[in-house]
Amino acid sequence: MVHIEAQEAAAGTKPAGPTTAWAMRGAMLREFWFYFRQNRGAVIGLAIFTIVVLIAVLAPLLAPHSPTLQNRDALLLPPIWADGGSWTYALGTDAVGRDILSRLIYGARFSLFIGVVVVTLSVTVGVVVGLIAGFFGGWIDTAIMRVMDVILAFPSLLLALVLVAILGPGLMNAMIAIALILQPHFVRLTRASVLSERNREYVISARVAGASKLRLMFVTILPNCLAPLIVQATLAFSNAILDAAALGFLGMGAQPPTPEWGTMLAEAREFILRAPWVVTFPGLAILVTVLAINLMGDGLRDALDPKLKQS
Amino acid sequence: MSAPVLEKVADAGETVVEARDLRRYYDISGGLFSQAGIVRALDGVSFRLQTGRTLAVVGESGCGKSTLARLVTMIEKPTSGTLLIDGEPVTASTAELRRKIQIVFQNPYGSLNPRQKIGAILEEPLKINTRDTASVRKDKAIAMMERVGLRSEHYERYPHMFSGGQRQRIAIARALMLNPKILVLDEPVSALDVSIQAQVLNILMDLQEELGLAYLFISHDLSVVRHLADEIMVMYLGKPVEFGPSEVVFNSPRHPYTAALLSATPVADPGREKKRIALTGELPSPLNPPAGCSFNPRCWKAQEKCIREEPPLMPDGPQSHACFFPVERDGNE
Repeated sequence: MVHIEAQEAAAGTKPAGPTTAWAMRGAMLREFWFYFRQNRGAVIGLAIFTIVVLIAVLAPLLAPHSPTLQNRDALLLPPIWADGGSWTYALGTDAVGRDILSRLIYGARFSLFIGVVVVTLSVTVGVVVGLIAGFFGGWIDTAIMRVMDVILAFPSLLLALVLVAILGPGLMNAMIAIALILQPHFVRLTRASVLSERNREYVISARVAGASKLRLMFVTILPNCLAPLIVQATLAFSNAILDAAALGFLGMGAQPPTPEWGTMLAEAREFILRAPWVVTFPGLAILVTVLAINLMGDGLRDALDPKLKQS
Repeated sequence: MSAPVLEKVADAGETVVEARDLRRYYDISGGLFSQAGIVRALDGVSFRLQTGRTLAVVGESGCGKSTLARLVTMIEKPTSGTLLIDGEPVTASTAELRRKIQIVFQNPYGSLNPRQKIGAILEEPLKINTRDTASVRKDKAIAMMERVGLRSEHYERYPHMFSGGQRQRIAIARALMLNPKILVLDEPVSALDVSIQAQVLNILMDLQEELGLAYLFISHDLSVVRHLADEIMVMYLGKPVEFGPSEVVFNSPRHPYTAALLSATPVADPGREKKRIALTGELPSPLNPPAGCSFNPRCWKAQEKCIREEPPLMPDGPQSHACFFPVERDGNE
């Protein structure tokens, strides 16, 4: 052990580590950003996502028109770069003369709202249920997993449709339905990770140290199951937006005149040949947002996994 | 070098662990095509362990060594038998007793939470079991890190940044955070390089001398055991087959299995006549142990009696063994 002491002596005094909670949090954030930055796609995703969030927050300031105001003189106007386009309606108007740009800007609010609510709901419920199933095992596990299998056995959109049909059409009910159909994925994923982590030696040594069941579940095991969950959560975020759009398209989600992207698609489908821009822009908005979130999710997973960090 | 966290836990010679006829059976539930059965992972083990002393448990894979470790550390409950830790029987309320016994695992890559920094790993036992403030915990953790030969700047690092030997030192440090009296070492060096093994073993021996710890040292590496152990228990198929002071067992093993194990250990003496006892066959399934002495299918001394009757563990001179026809004492195997 002499050489170790020599090493210690050579290293000099101990470094003044971060002392306050704020400084520590700042250091953690800087570290996170360092690793997140390595993934270019993730940074682009984050940038686009930030822009979408800003657009949603600043919608009343950015939108040139009210999203629901109809202008009978300007039906199905093309966007500015096409013949007959004008700066008044930069992306054209829809069949009842509403400004598409303004509707898209306000639609960002709904999409993000749907994403946040659905993901929060399905992640919290899914993770807790999955943790319980994986940690306790036995008949609790069997009971929970069979229920999840039943939910998974239905085509997801069909099940969402049935649920919305029972609960009544509307954005809130659509979100609840989507959360319910997305949540078994979290349960399965959490349970699988918990099963593989539960008998690892670090869990046993925490048990030997006297950790309670709750501490074992949430402090010891759960953080080690997070990587796939974060990716699944971002995928679920985009799935929620897509599913809500699908439900809106089928008339079961947000009701007109709500400027929800999926509902906008549905309203515009009869004009797909005559005025393709009416369908294109909401579709593009969905595509770009979903893609950005997925890219971001990948980067988050890499940045949050300590195994991928360099020393 | 003396750290404030470390106090000498006890005087030497005090019995801190006493196991009486410990048994652990596992029920194998019968599937559609397989029969239900009972695995006798541990089938009647008794021993006493004193402070400052090391009891080594040796045997090949599947003989119940790790099951014994799990019982003694209260990770699992014995099917029958009593376990006294520091004179108190282990029952439902184990919170206080838990602090007295800690474990170091074989695989240093699996025994540290990859999401926790070293500081958090070391402080966790304190967080759970004491009311120390954060700064006190940090001081204790850093003192302990220095005690096992780590530098204080390692406090902020994650386990994956360390080598196997360093991780094992971290695992030892964590086990010592609560000032335990007993340390269960479940093959603590078998996953390490030989050069690192010596380093970790030296730390363990230093700590034992300094703190009067009792070690339950589980290993299949006899040269390590010889280096460290005061007493040896040789196990075969869940049962102790030989038990005695380390030197006696090493110099004159009585049970044929012990003799075979010892003959398989390399000795750094080219002049010594090698007499390797090669065992044939596999360790029998604990689901379906052979009748009589469980070693009889592989024993070269087995006779009819060994198949009919099970030899009890009987004292014979300085050691005890469970064999009807033991190897002669003079060492001529």
